[in-house]
Amino acid sequence: MSLAPSSIAGELALRCTGLHRHLGQGEGRVHVLKGVSFEARRGQVYAIVGPSGCGKSTLLYLLGLLDQPDQGQIEINGKLMSNHDDFARTAARGEHIGFVFQFHFLMLEFTALENVMMPMRKLGRLSLAAMTARAHGLLEAVGLGSKTHRLGTQLSGGEQQRVAVARALANQPAILLADEPTGNLDAKNSGVVFDLLTRLAKEQGQAIVLVTHNAEIAQRCDFTRPMRDGLFI
Amino acid sequence: MSPNLRIAFRFLTAKKRAMFMSLSCTVLGVGLFIVTQATTSGFERFFTKTILGINGAVRIEDKIQDTMRSMAAAGASDSYFAQREGVKYIEGVEEALLIAEAVREFANVRGVSAVVRGNVQITSALKTEDAQIFGIKIEDHVRVSDLAEQITRGKLDDFRDSPSGALLGRVLADRLQLVVGDSFVLTSRGQSRRVHVAAIYETGYREVDKSNIYLQIGEARSLLRRPAGATFLQVSLFDPSRAPQDAAKMEQVLGHGAKPWQEREKTWLAVFRALRVSTMITVSVFTLIASLAMFNTLAMIVLEKTKDIAILRSMGYERRDITQIFLWQAGIVLAIGAMAGALLGAGVTWLVGQVPLPINGIFKTDRFIVTWDPNHYLAAIATAVVMVMVASLIPARRAARLEPGDIVRGTAQ
Repeated sequence: MSLAPSSIAGELALRCTGLHRHLGQGEGRVHVLKGVSFEARRGQVYAIVGPSGCGKSTLLYLLGLLDQPDQGQIEINGKLMSNHDDFARTAARGEHIGFVFQFHFLMLEFTALENVMMPMRKLGRLSLAAMTARAHGLLEAVGLGSKTHRLGTQLSGGEQQRVAVARALANQPAILLADEPTGNLDAKNSGVVFDLLTRLAKEQGQAIVLVTHNAEIAQRCDFTRPMRDGLFI
Repeated sequence: MSPNLRIAFRFLTAKKRAMFMSLSCTVLGVGLFIVTQATTSGFERFFTKTILGINGAVRIEDKIQDTMRSMAAAGASDSYFAQREGVKYIEGVEEALLIAEAVREFANVRGVSAVVRGNVQITSALKTEDAQIFGIKIEDHVRVSDLAEQITRGKLDDFRDSPSGALLGRVLADRLQLVVGDSFVLTSRGQSRRVHVAAIYETGYREVDKSNIYLQIGEARSLLRRPAGATFLQVSLFDPSRAPQDAAKMEQVLGHGAKPWQEREKTWLAVFRALRVSTMITVSVFTLIASLAMFNTLAMIVLEKTKDIAILRSMGYERRDITQIFLWQAGIVLAIGAMAGALLGAGVTWLVGQVPLPINGIFKTDRFIVTWDPNHYLAAIATAVVMVMVASLIPARRAARLEPGDIVRGTAQ
């Protein structure tokens, strides 16, 4: 299913320069990111790999505007966002960024369809009918067209993660950030979810940045950026 | 339905037991508030109706005697000013007809009745009692009292048509073993007069029913040797709650002391007020429990839904959306709780109104008295809204302050 033209492929979607981030307080304060710079273009898949604690996820949350850097700049679609307030960063997140987390993070009281519609409802750009149609289309695309009305609790782990992928793509964001999207899945489901992510994102022209420990997945990405001790190597 | 309301509803229904607890407390709080207000104000209003039905809203009594004092002004000026100081009274209302005419000009006045009062001894065939006679013109007096409705035996027309007829209180009639048609002797200032019982009334106010005898005003004047004037004027008002203001104006304009019913009955009114406040405090505890239950429920939901909050924030939901989602949950519980509580309150109020409860002292009733006042419902709901929403603000704001990055990283506190 083609949800959007990919004519925008290659455009710069995300750029960060000289990101520093400390976590913890007092003696436990750790310098997690030590001046990281990175950029991602639409239609490309980037894997950030590295040992636990090297700062991969911290970088991802900074890129997703879920967290703020102590130093450095983040641009989304050419617009400097790191110096904006929470309100503007939240709005940018809703419009330009989609997330897929490791532990699927579906809202379990809602059906698959409702989960996918949730970001669209917040953005409020489509009519209810258009939102419903798009959510159905996305769920079809991830192979869950027959389970649209199942609650999160009635779906398997792999299915939940596929719903999360559909939800992340709901607002056609420029950037899709995935934190260990296959980390909680078996090999078969890992492959399915990764294929979905990359196929749909490429079709829609998204820049995908994923953090993974899975070497096989990393190899299949367009670019792999290894990290160690808070820096790309 | 807005996205935030939809999410709030789902969050809430996912915690059925906690929601049920919060809802139950809210229902109980609102319901009990209504019932206690209905019962306490029921007795107070009935008492007010009783005493207004006996004594009217305002009583105009003794004439004010102004006293003037001259005082030299300071300095070289030879001018002076007069200063009111203290008040003296001349007993009774001398120009009763003129004053009554003037009182009727007040917009809020419904009726005026001139009354001649005096102490007498009443002697029946069996015994003698002390009593008070009230000489009235019945046409005027039924406009300022509920005397017509208070007749329990005999007919008011018999009193109206017979100059020697008297209206006796039920308690006094029982004590003297007098029935309608019996005659008895009234003695005052060495002269006696035989009259008969035209009718027996009962106000429910025992002190009145035990001592007050109504006579035609002419008979009373003759017995008390008071050919003119009145002891007081009894005034009824369309809006008795305005009696203090009207009484103050009357006093100023008419030069007679005017006492509103609120001042006359301030002791009992203070008792009722204290009772109402004390029950309100007791019942507020239930509302407080409701708000604590709501706080507890929401705090639990915040703890359990931190990941959902992170998801929502990652999807572009703002802090104020998160606050709204949690306040909506409180709002849903409040809306259902207020409606169910109002129904419970109405149901229990109705049931309480059926409970037999004979009271005869400051008023007479044979069952629990309740009032149906929409203000009780509004007050109960407003109290619940304020307390529950205030209690809900804390977890709602806490939820909004959660940093999505901390949640997904697992360091949210």
